[in-house]
Amino acid sequence: MSKSIHKPGFVLGDALDIPTFKVLKQDGTLYKGAQEPEFDKEMALKLYDDLVFIRVLDERMVGAQRQGRIPFYLASLGEEAASVGSAGALKPQDMIFAQYREQGALRHRGFSVDQFMDQCFSNERDLGKGRQMPIHYGSKALNYNTISSPLGTQIPQAAGYAYGQKLDGIDACTICYFGEGAASEGDFHAGLNMAAVLKCPTIFLCRNNGYAISTPSAEQFSGDGVASRGIGYGIATLRVDGNDLLAVYAATAAARAYALEHNAPVLIEAMSYRLGAHSTSDDPTGYRSKDEEAQWAKKDPILRYKHWLTNKGWWSDEQEKTLYAEHRSNILAAMKAAEKRPVPTIDHLITDVYDEPTPHLRQQLKQLKAHMRKYPDQYPKTSGRLDA
Amino acid sequence: MSRMNLLQAINNALITAMEKDDKVVCFGEDVGHFGGVFRATSHLQEKFGRARCFNTPLTEQGIIGFANGLASQGHKAIAEIQFGDYIFPAFDQIVNETAKFRYRSGNEFNVGGLTIRTPYGGGIRGGHYHSQSPEAYFAHTPGLKIVVPRNPHQAKGLLLASIRDDNPVIFFEPKRLYRAAVGDVPEEDYELPIGVAETVREGQDCTLLAWGAQMEVASKAAERADKEGIDCEVIDLRSILPWDVDAVVASVKKTGRLVVTHEAPLTNGFGAEIAATVQEQAFLYLEAPVTRVCGLDVPYPLSHEAEYMPDETKVFEAIVATMNY
Repeated sequence: MSKSIHKPGFVLGDALDIPTFKVLKQDGTLYKGAQEPEFDKEMALKLYDDLVFIRVLDERMVGAQRQGRIPFYLASLGEEAASVGSAGALKPQDMIFAQYREQGALRHRGFSVDQFMDQCFSNERDLGKGRQMPIHYGSKALNYNTISSPLGTQIPQAAGYAYGQKLDGIDACTICYFGEGAASEGDFHAGLNMAAVLKCPTIFLCRNNGYAISTPSAEQFSGDGVASRGIGYGIATLRVDGNDLLAVYAATAAARAYALEHNAPVLIEAMSYRLGAHSTSDDPTGYRSKDEEAQWAKKDPILRYKHWLTNKGWWSDEQEKTLYAEHRSNILAAMKAAEKRPVPTIDHLITDVYDEPTPHLRQQLKQLKAHMRKYPDQYPKTSGRLDA
Repeated sequence: MSRMNLLQAINNALITAMEKDDKVVCFGEDVGHFGGVFRATSHLQEKFGRARCFNTPLTEQGIIGFANGLASQGHKAIAEIQFGDYIFPAFDQIVNETAKFRYRSGNEFNVGGLTIRTPYGGGIRGGHYHSQSPEAYFAHTPGLKIVVPRNPHQAKGLLLASIRDDNPVIFFEPKRLYRAAVGDVPEEDYELPIGVAETVREGQDCTLLAWGAQMEVASKAAERADKEGIDCEVIDLRSILPWDVDAVVASVKKTGRLVVTHEAPLTNGFGAEIAATVQEQAFLYLEAPVTRVCGLDVPYPLSHEAEYMPDETKVFEAIVATMNY
């Protein structure tokens, strides 16, 4: 029951003052009162490997796009800790619904360098059969639901997926990533409300990176960030420093425990900054200052985590050099191989529209193939394999 | 056999599906304890519990988004949209997500377990927002199946087939017939095929094609034509997507004439697709142009509903005009 008042008194939109959970300082030491993470050295180094892999991958793929080798790319520069740290705290059976900037979570699950390349080059080994633009990854084996471009559509889906896990009575939850811009979509509000009311064990993880393409978060919403929305929907909510891998890890581990214990959703708002462009189609120099970027570059999440590893005596400059060199060489080799692989055969134009191609689709493919036989030079990628 | 109206047949199909498969889950606005505003989900919550039959918040995009996720997880999600007129907030989830889930993932994931039930159509003095027939919007989207029953027997058999089909299906229920259509329905479990038309009256002179509630109008028009000595063949398309081209074309090749009728507006209605396909595949057999008897290209009216509707007399006139072409 709400208590009564007898004079009009507003609760102001900025009444909430949600704190930010931090563990690690930029120099790699812990804040007073903060705790060491619950993982061991092996896990610590695995997480670092994921971070470095993604940074090198992003750098190489942005370069490949500039060279015209792939049509599009979208880097996670500056936000790697949010996806790697959260994925690290989950179990392999937990489903991931990503937005599109969470390659770190996918890498952590074990997506191979070849799988990344095959998807980005839309070749015949791409699990998505060359149907979506680069970075729209997905893998059933790794419980990573295939990415789609529309913003926020994954949010109510993650609620439904988690509801199914609850019905099955299994030790599994669902994590759903999205940006602070997507939190303005109707699907965000619909999805959080559905999850709260229907008691779905879903972890909603908002990467608040400050910008939706060019629009700063101050022009996206008012009030106390995305976190305040969670509280409005009756959802347990935590704001965390998204550049602090240890904090993101601890927040997600706690969220997982809470979601499964209470059969209820959790919202995490991870505060970060998109150091690069929105995508290869964007140029941030038109909407933000070099100074601002430089300030955030000093808060590099990978460097912060490396300082912690170094302080622990778990990492050396020599290891650092070797790791970067290894990833660079593996990625380049995989890129060269993926580039040479052909696109899927034309038969895959009509598979997977339905569980089986309908007679109507078979007829359309037959007509297309007849046309391609007449004009093979017009369709060089597939016309040589019409009867494959 | 039991006498049932169309709503009871739907309710019976849902009970059958939920008894046979504990992965089947029903939800939507007011579908829980209340049993839905039309009572299609009556007693499901009592029989199967709140976890499998429940109310949702009032958010169509949330309902279908949630349903997509639940279906991709492996459940048979049956989502009710209270009126077809209110399905549009979910248009993005249906067109960009449901329809493309399997294709975009290379079959890593699919929402084949999803069935969207929604009442459609006019004749109930419902005005703009309780009368529309939105099937053509969805028929333009590969990856969906669209099914429309015309009577209680079909409603049960087609709904069971839709729930079990390994593709997402939108099941449009003719709400004008919910209580008006009564017929014998088998007690046992049965399915009717999706994508297969049904010839309900054989004839030699003119093919008359419709689906759902409009079948009643088409059949009456055929009887009226019969009294004038015109022998119509009446076909119920039953599925809009995929649709049974072969059955329609075979009939037109026999009669040489085709009248298509639907409640939705004329322009870009599904009748246009049928007309285009038939002229392509049976051009030399046609004795007259394919004729469409549809709603006018206006928002669905209230005070002029009778005039708007493609009723028996309009369909009859089209048959006569086709015969005299």
